[in-house]
Amino acid sequence: MEYWEFHVGRADRRQRALLVGSAVFVGLVIAATLISKGSTGFQWIVSGITVGSIYALIAMGFSVIYSSTRVINFAQGEFSMLGGMLMYSLSTRGGLPPWLGFIFSVLIVTAIGAALERLTIHPMRDQSVITIIIITIGIAIALRAVAKWIWGTDPVKIASFSGDSPIRFLGAAVVPQSFWVFGFAIVVVILVFLFFNRTLLGKGMRAAATNSDAASLVGVSSSTSSLIAWTIAAAVGAAAGIVIAPINFAGYNFGIMLGLKGFTAAVLGGLGSAPGAVVGGLVLGVLETITAGVFPSGYKDAVAFLILILVLLIRPQGLLGRAEDVKV
Amino acid sequence: MFRSRTFAGALAAFIFIGLVAAVLLPGCGKSNEGKVFKVGVIVSLSGPAAPLGQPEQRSLSLLEENVNDSGGIDGGKVEFVIEDDESDPQKANLAATKLIEQEGVSVVIGCSSTGSTLAISPTAESKQIPVVSMAAGTKLTQPVKKWLFSVAPNDALVIEKVLMYMQDDIKVKKVAVLHDSNAYGTGGADEFTAKAPDYGITVVSNESYGSADTDMTAQLTKIGQTDAQAVLVWGTNPGPASIAKNMQQLGMDLPFIGSSGIANKKFIELAGPAAEGVVFPASRLILPSTIPAGSEWAKVVEEFSSEYKAKYDLDIDTFAAHGWDAGNMVVNALQEAGEDSALIRDEIEQLEDYAGADGVFTYSPKDHAGLTVDALVMVKIENGQWVEAVQ
Repeated sequence: MEYWEFHVGRADRRQRALLVGSAVFVGLVIAATLISKGSTGFQWIVSGITVGSIYALIAMGFSVIYSSTRVINFAQGEFSMLGGMLMYSLSTRGGLPPWLGFIFSVLIVTAIGAALERLTIHPMRDQSVITIIIITIGIAIALRAVAKWIWGTDPVKIASFSGDSPIRFLGAAVVPQSFWVFGFAIVVVILVFLFFNRTLLGKGMRAAATNSDAASLVGVSSSTSSLIAWTIAAAVGAAAGIVIAPINFAGYNFGIMLGLKGFTAAVLGGLGSAPGAVVGGLVLGVLETITAGVFPSGYKDAVAFLILILVLLIRPQGLLGRAEDVKV
Repeated sequence: MFRSRTFAGALAAFIFIGLVAAVLLPGCGKSNEGKVFKVGVIVSLSGPAAPLGQPEQRSLSLLEENVNDSGGIDGGKVEFVIEDDESDPQKANLAATKLIEQEGVSVVIGCSSTGSTLAISPTAESKQIPVVSMAAGTKLTQPVKKWLFSVAPNDALVIEKVLMYMQDDIKVKKVAVLHDSNAYGTGGADEFTAKAPDYGITVVSNESYGSADTDMTAQLTKIGQTDAQAVLVWGTNPGPASIAKNMQQLGMDLPFIGSSGIANKKFIELAGPAAEGVVFPASRLILPSTIPAGSEWAKVVEEFSSEYKAKYDLDIDTFAAHGWDAGNMVVNALQEAGEDSALIRDEIEQLEDYAGADGVFTYSPKDHAGLTVDALVMVKIENGQWVEAVQ
């Protein structure tokens, strides 16, 4: 056994301990909240899960593109914004039945995502990852500007899928749309996980990110991989944007906040890991809400980012991410 | 021959006199013929403050057209030189320098936002150019700056109106504050907390939320555990709409008193049924029926709103009114004082009981804000419509 292998093994054990430690920490926070605040604390956790599911859905989009191309797509929030705004135009305004509006909005954004990849990312495929990341920032700004031009600056409302009357249980109140968001997040994470871990194409795409030459030998070029990843990420982002809009509203600049929180959740859970995106989103959402409840609410974002910094310091690959072998 | 020469001469003389008269007569008593009065205008036509700047600019263009069509200022034309600050205070300052130094304007109307106005204020002051702002920050006129005036009802005035309503009308003593953590929300909350004791009101809880937050149930459950009798929500769309929805979700029935930032139909659209019963302070002109009937003020609003509708096919809003009032005050001052900046400043400062669209203005060396709480009204949302909260 080489010296460094031994070393990695030890580091891995230490990180596993950290992971268990942070899970215990989150569990304790939740338990303490429930015990000390009773039904109010339960309300915070339920609200936190709703908010966290929203973050998780956006994080999933970051994950898809990252695992296949190592690019962080800062236009991910904009895909969700476009989904919500198109849904508004097609269904709320245009009168299409919601399910039809949903399908069309997702299709349009998916096409936009694929087209953007071919027009802006593909021509730059030989450039460094950081160059491409900067291009995605450009895409985000452009999409926001176009959306502002089309829809104006006012936020818009999209009707909930199944009414607004809150459901009450154990002293907490939840709007029905929360269940849609949570359920949708679970379905998407399972699909994305199965795609990347159980299908040949998905596995090939992950391989292409690690070693593009080797992957192309077995039939997955990094160019195709990038196109497919952007298409999936745009579809997931758009659908997420539509499902969350009844809670969140929709507006030309809403992609910024969604992108920022989604990115935080993705990093927290481990970039490139679909289950990590969900865990990261939920942990972020629940801790944020509990913080807002327990401390003066102004500290809410500070605590969220403090946790992010701690995770980056102690476990840079995120809670569920795997350390990259190449680093050794 | 002789006769025809006489005739020709007479004809020539007649034509000459006619021509001279044609040139001179319309000019009789019009000292400013051919003169152009340049007024600098700095508004936000793009960027986040564009929803403020665009109606302001529309009003000013309408006014410029009206004034010039009806003979201008004693024959002289008024020209509003419009600059877009792109909602950026730095660009506003550049625009101010350009207007003052290159265009040679004697007075500036602007800006749309408090930040931009504060940025141009030192520039204008050093050049001794009066500025009439359309922004609502209390800092603009407290303390009084010699060269800076404001036409919008400022935040301090709005808070005063809210406190009067709480004390006299709904008679609450304990209030929870939930505000946006941005400058607008924090400013309003601070002002409210500072003034509340004067009205016998205690702030029992002070919570905040981020402008982009969508779930405020944590803050609301905390407020629910206090003995607050009403919640003051200080922010702009969409935050307060989310709060109204969250309150409905939690089954909280405390009175929701909003800020002037929700004095728009957008709030009703976003909050839907949760908007019912929400009360907020607003300029009376959004509910023209509350302006004293037959007053000069009512006439101004009626005329302005019909002309604005005719030209743009849009309803007036408070920002359009700010543009209209600032423009009219400046034109009025130019009429009285000519292009002398110092005299224009004095002229505005001397305005007394001047009826504009926003209300009745009285300026003085101690008050550059001009309006009183009478310009404001508490509005309640009932069946998706605005009604006066206190009947």
